Order: sequence, then structure tokens, then C-alpha cells
Amino acid sequence: MREFAALFEALDASTATGDKLLALQGYFAQAPDEDAAWAVYFLSGGKPRQAVPTAVLRAAACVESGLDDWLFEECYQVVGDLAETIAQVLPAPAQRPDGGLAFWVEARILPLRGLAPAEQQRRVIEAWRELDVAGRFLYVKLIGGGFRVGVAKLLVQRALAEAARLPVQRVAERMVGYTDARRPPGAADYRALIVADHAVDGSDRGGQSYPFFLAHALQGEPATVAGDPRDWIVEWKYDGIRAQLVRRGGQTWLWSRGEELITERYPEVSAVAAGWPSGLVLDGELLAWGPDATQPMPFQALQKRIGRKTIGKKLLAEVPVRFLAYDLLELDGHDLRRLTQAERRARLVALGLPGLEVSPVVEPPAELSGAAAWAWLAERRSESRSRGVEGLMLKHRDALYGIGRSKAEGLWWKYKIEPLVADAVLVYAQAGHGRRAGVYTDYTFALWNRAPRDAAEAQAVLDAISRRDPAPRGDPLALQLVPFAKAYSGLTDEEFAVVDREIRRHTLENFGPVRSVLPTLVFELGFEGIAASPRHKSGIAVRFPRMLRIRHDKPLWQADTLDGVRQLAAGSL
Amino acid sequence: MSAGDLVVRRPEGLYCPAGDFFIDPWRPVPRAVITHAHADHARRGHGRYLASAQGVGVLRARLGGIDLQTLAWGQGLYTNGVRISLHPAGHVLGAAQVRIEHRGEVWVVSGDYFVSGHDDADPRPTCTPFEPVRCHCFITESTFGLPVYRWRPRAELAAELNVWWAGNAERGRTSLLMGYSFGKAQRLLAAVDPAIGPIAVHAAVEPLNRAYREAGIALPPTRTLESLSADERRRALVVAPPGAQDSAWAAPLADASAAFASGWMQLRGRRRREGLDRGFAISDHADWPGLMRAIAATEASRVIVTHGYEAVMVRWLQLQGLQAGSFATAYGDAAGADA
Repeated sequence: MREFAALFEALDASTATGDKLLALQGYFAQAPDEDAAWAVYFLSGGKPRQAVPTAVLRAAACVESGLDDWLFEECYQVVGDLAETIAQVLPAPAQRPDGGLAFWVEARILPLRGLAPAEQQRRVIEAWRELDVAGRFLYVKLIGGGFRVGVAKLLVQRALAEAARLPVQRVAERMVGYTDARRPPGAADYRALIVADHAVDGSDRGGQSYPFFLAHALQGEPATVAGDPRDWIVEWKYDGIRAQLVRRGGQTWLWSRGEELITERYPEVSAVAAGWPSGLVLDGELLAWGPDATQPMPFQALQKRIGRKTIGKKLLAEVPVRFLAYDLLELDGHDLRRLTQAERRARLVALGLPGLEVSPVVEPPAELSGAAAWAWLAERRSESRSRGVEGLMLKHRDALYGIGRSKAEGLWWKYKIEPLVADAVLVYAQAGHGRRAGVYTDYTFALWNRAPRDAAEAQAVLDAISRRDPAPRGDPLALQLVPFAKAYSGLTDEEFAVVDREIRRHTLENFGPVRSVLPTLVFELGFEGIAASPRHKSGIAVRFPRMLRIRHDKPLWQADTLDGVRQLAAGSL
Repeated sequence: MSAGDLVVRRPEGLYCPAGDFFIDPWRPVPRAVITHAHADHARRGHGRYLASAQGVGVLRARLGGIDLQTLAWGQGLYTNGVRISLHPAGHVLGAAQVRIEHRGEVWVVSGDYFVSGHDDADPRPTCTPFEPVRCHCFITESTFGLPVYRWRPRAELAAELNVWWAGNAERGRTSLLMGYSFGKAQRLLAAVDPAIGPIAVHAAVEPLNRAYREAGIALPPTRTLESLSADERRRALVVAPPGAQDSAWAAPLADASAAFASGWMQLRGRRRREGLDRGFAISDHADWPGLMRAIAATEASRVIVTHGYEAVMVRWLQLQGLQAGSFATAYGDAAGADA
């Protein structure tokens, strides 16, 4: 555990890629295979299911540290991370011999699952007594499934590839599905990642998908960035779940972009694919889309299916899912990723399999070229909301199917629609976690229930708020601010610092970790869509809200109203 | 507050009604007892000043020609029937606790102080160590008054500093170590191993080094950044106040490995937010075990908390059976004053 803790600290402390790579190589050079197997798993995002409930961890920490619950909670609020809070409050450890990462995970963490809480507590405390601060921190992180470290998967792959003298692509391919939670990685799995190329039989890929090729956001106008429109295959950008469908040996596997196996969650997709030939891999999008509907349901509908492992008939009928294919990666067992986008697309369309749906192309009329064709596409893009899509995808005709975000082998651009925007008022704040611990970075925003007549009327509401004088109930015309969205991204560290000071200065009340603040700040929020939501007081839920900027120039009384935002919704749904 | 309290809070600062003087006032007053020379405690504009003899140099370096009377450690001074004496606080050079005695009642105002939670004597102290003073009421700071703040033994921290510096020197990379100019910088200079390489300090640090050396504190030789050859610079440790890395002075340090020494570096979130290569949790303030140890040693039955997680500390002390309250002061600032 000590070596892995040292690696974690090196990766966590450094911001330089070179240093991180060195640290990774140093670790893999000395780690026994069974430890390296788990290290790769955790570093590339693998999360075992939570072995011990958070409540048990907290209770054990209070017992072992002798702190009352309230004092532990105060500490947690300041630290902003449960594992770190626990690691810091426990009494100094008695140093004892230390096992490897595999020992800790397999003998001291995984077996905790399902034990009685009292037994879990006993074993957790026993483990803490053997670990130093860094070890305890990791131990709790690994138990809770909350392990994250600032290292890109690609960097882990590079470190392994360089150690094994393999092309990084090979390691990436072999790593697909490595972090799938249902199978603990062992020494043999690790050796299979780094074994010399000629020693592997490439014909048996099992149910493995290929590493996903990812698109980049188009910065600027396509006419200037992308050149000739005829170089591009244009498709709609759907707002669903990116997935690869694998057919081999008469079986079907469905992989999410997070390289999680999700076959069982979408039985209707496997049912359609059951008739397709083996040696076939498709890349595409899972969408909630009824059989007779002209367009997909909003992402919020699909969310009801995500994370559900058992699906009832009712849900299947309410939110039917289909797979829309847009790329062909393997046919008759042959890897087609070295073909161009245009060739792969042509073969995909030619497949003609029963029930296979192919994402349509958006093609400008033949007589349009250059700027006129881009203008035609921009116009189609502006119809995105009414079509239930996020914009357009531009895929270069000559693009090979690369790995991850690399641009070396080809380009895919996301040409998304501009977000919907609203000016909203900050009303609650909560401190962030991780590097934002102790800084108020998570905000709740409100809109006016109707437009204030003037600055004075809005001021009267603010005065009432600062007197903790709630708006009169049952009077729909009484002016008030209605919370409608939470956001925590989009500002720079400097801007967060400014807002943090403002929040501390204008705090009205604390509700646990949440502060209510006297409204003083207006923010321009961006979001992707609006759906009706009976669960929210505002009656609406917005998709992916984020802060675009602070509107210091905008007086509070001119912030937007709920009705105004609902009208945006009317245009968007 | 009851009528007989020896210290009360006034808009100008903490005030002793019986003796008619203030302690570390934040507004101008006729008579001020100053615990130590940090800016939030020692301000200009008072009529007469009383401070520890050990702190004369640094206080003059900061406030210039003030009307200053000094006391040796433990020496008594009577005013209006109140006995005042000063006792070492272990925070920075000259930092004092103020003991006030009147008609058999004893109160102590701690100012800022450092007490280790470990039983480790400081091998190279940069000021007289904290001395517990028995009292009825103890007015304490609480900058790091949460159980998550527990410093590691000094020897371990010093070793870690030296490993970091030596590692950089080996790779030909300057080590830029940031810490407050007064107190922290000298604590760091005394802790590092000057055999590793040359040491340079920022211009804000050197006058305080001089005051320390004049007070008899041994510090390793320090130079200016400009005086280092390019080769020396690659092996050097450079000590500077926080923020100095963004100034023109730091231009030759663009490739340096930058670190910050502060108690706030104990927490990972804060360390990562600074965006530096390293954070060393080295503080001039008592950690949680240190605060507990100091409070217990006074045997006070009443404790008043001045700054830092006051509500938590007050509740904790009350649960320990003490009479506890707090004073709102203008000292410190949870977001990062000298720590």
C-alpha cells in the first residue's frame, strides 16, 4: 500500500505531465503484477462497489478518534472530503509491516462487503491502526468507491506501453473493459496488458469493444475552421448514450463510453441485434425513442433507464430505447478502423441488417458549395432543438477511427447549438469538494415569479428576505424569487474567490452546509434544455446548467422570470 | 460578561477596565499592550506601547519610532493597581502572552501562540518556547481549532523540507519556498540544512532576519537572489513571502519548484488550490492538540476564544465542563493570515 500511496501523492501533487509519467513508470517498474493489476484498475477509473456504507465509516471514525458526531461533521465541512477527514482525525498510527495493494484490496477491503456493521467497524478500525495518514486516506477512498486522481487514462496507457515497448494503441485496445466492475483484475490480466505482441492470438477478442474515438468541440465558425464542406460527412448530434454494440460468437455485448458493460440494461437492443451476424462491431447512440415517434425523447427520459439493472415492463413501454448506428468498426471479424470515414460509412449503409437503424446524414443540396453550404448547415443546426438533437457532428471523410481524443488520425467536430441562457439570482451557496473544499462554489439560482414593476419593488422583496420575512403564501402575485437551478462550473478560480467573499459577507442563515445569502449577484446561466418537473418548486428542470458569466452590469430587478424561461422551453421542446 | 471581568471587548479592541489599557487594539488608543509585531496585532497610531524586550527589534522594524516601554519575561509592571507581566508565547520572536492580575484574579491574553502537540523540543528555536501561565480566565486564539489540524513532529517536517530541496538541487532546479516574512521565514531558515546549497531571501525577509540575528537567534547565512550565479541558483533555496512568485523579482525563478509553508497546507483541497508543487504544513500556531494542551496547562475554569473556528472551539470547551465564550476580534482571518 505504501508504494501505491506514494504514487498517488506524486500524481496528486504534480501538475506536470512529465512528472506524472515518471511517477507511473517508477511504480510499474517495481510493483508485483498482482499489485500493478489493481493499480491500473484504479488509475483508469475502476470502482468496486462500495464495500462499507458511509454511515459505518463515519461511526468508526468517531469511535476511533473519540470525537463527537457534531465535531466530526464540523471537520468534514472544512475538509470537504470524507476520506481525508477520517485520515486526519485518527490518532497517530502504530507503524507495522505493510502489505501490497492487491492484499489490501482483496483481503482487507472487498471481504467487508455484506458483513454486519459492527464487524465492518471492527475490521475498518483494525486496518486504520496499521496505516499511516496517506494509507488511511487511500483505504477509505478505495472502500467508498470515491477514488479519483488527476491522471488521464491515456497517460496510464503510455506508461504501460513504454514499459512494455508496445504501441500505446495496443495497450489501449487491451484495456477496454479492464475496469468492468464485475471481475477483479489479477496478475494474469495485468500480464495480458503488457505481454509482447507476437505472444497474443488476435483472433479471440471475446466481447471486447474498441477504444472509443472522441469528438472535439468546434471553436469558431465551420467556414473558417473546417474549410470545404464537401470534405465532411455531417450527422445530427444526438443527446443519448454513446455505445458500441459487439456481436461475436452469436452473442451481443453493449459497451458504454465509460467502458462499462450495459447489455442487460437495454434488452430491446439485444433482441434486435440477436439476428445479426457475428464478427460485427457498431458505434452509435442509445436513445429513448418510441417506435412511432418522429424524434427522440429528451435525455431526462433516458435517465430513468440509466443505472437500472432490472427493468419492468412498464418502464420498457414508457421509455423504449433504440440503438442508432453511425460507424462500422468490425465486419466479418475484420478490424475496419484503418478505413476512412467515407468507406466505413458506405459499408455501414450497405449492411442492410433487419432492424438496424443508421443515423442519417445531413447533406446540403448538390448545387450549394462553400459558404452557401455552410450557411445551409447552420440553418439546419438552428432547427436542432425542435428536432430533439444537440446540433451537428462533422466527421472528416478521410478520418480513420482513432483512439480517445487524439487528432492524429482524423477529426470529428461537435458543432453544437448555442446554449439557452437566462439571467438568474444567486440565493444559496455550498462549499465545494476536493480542490474547492472550503470555498463556496456550488450555487442555487432563482428567477422572479413575475417581472418586478421596478427596482423599488424588488428591493422590498430583498428587505423582506434580509428580515427573514417570507413572502406571503397563497398570493401568486406577491413578488418572490423562486429557486430553479444549481450550477457549480464555468467560473475561473479568481471569479470563485470574488463570489466566495461576497457570499461570506452576505450570509443570512446556515442550514447545515448550505448558506442562504442576501441576493446581490446576477449570473448568466447557460443550459441545454428545459423539461417540466413536478418535483421542483419552479416546475421546471434544466439540463446541464452552468455559469457563463457574472452580470455585474445587471441590476437584480432585471433578472429573468420563470415565465420567460418557460417560453425558452416552448421553443426548445 | 460579568461586571468584574478583567478584560472586555470594546469597539477599539480588547480592554482592561481596571488597568485602563488595551491589548492589541485595532483602533488608535492612548495605551496599548502589544503581544507581537504581526500587522493584525501591532498597529500604528496608539499613544504609548508596552511590549516584550525580546520583540523590540522586530516591533521597531515594523512600526518605527513609537513611544515604547518594554518588559523582560515575567517582569511585573503596576498600573492602577493592576499587575501586568509578559510571558513567552512561542509564536514569533518577541511574541508574548499578557498576564493581568487584579485583587487575586488572574487573566491571560494569549495573543497568537505555538505549542507542539508532540513532546519534541525545538532543536533550533527562533523564539522562546511557550510557557504555560496559570490563570482563572484564558483568552485564547484558535486559528487551527479543529481536530483535523495536527502537525507532524518538527524533525519529520524539517527532514521533508530538506529532501525536497536536495532533490531539486540534484536536478538543477531552484527551490522557491514561500512563507510569511516575519516568523515563518525564520522558522524555515532555522530548520533547513544549509549544507545542501546556497540560501537566498526576498528583500522583505532580510530586515527581519537582521532583527532576529541581533536578538541572538542563529540563522544560516542568507544572500540576495541577484547575488547568486546561474549555477548557484540551480541549487539554491529561495525564501520569499507568498505572492512573490508573481512579481518581476521572481523572473529568474520561472522554472523553480514552488512550495508554500503554512498550517493551511495540512488539507489537500487547499494545497491543490494553490497550484504549487508542494505544500508543507509548518505553522507558527498551535494545532488542535497544542491548543488542548495549552488550555489544560493554564488550569483556567473560563476560556474566551478570539479567532478561528470560534463556535466549534467554544462548544467543545463547554462540553469539557469549562465556562467558554468568544470575543469577535479583528485578528486573523480564516482564509489565510500569517499561519
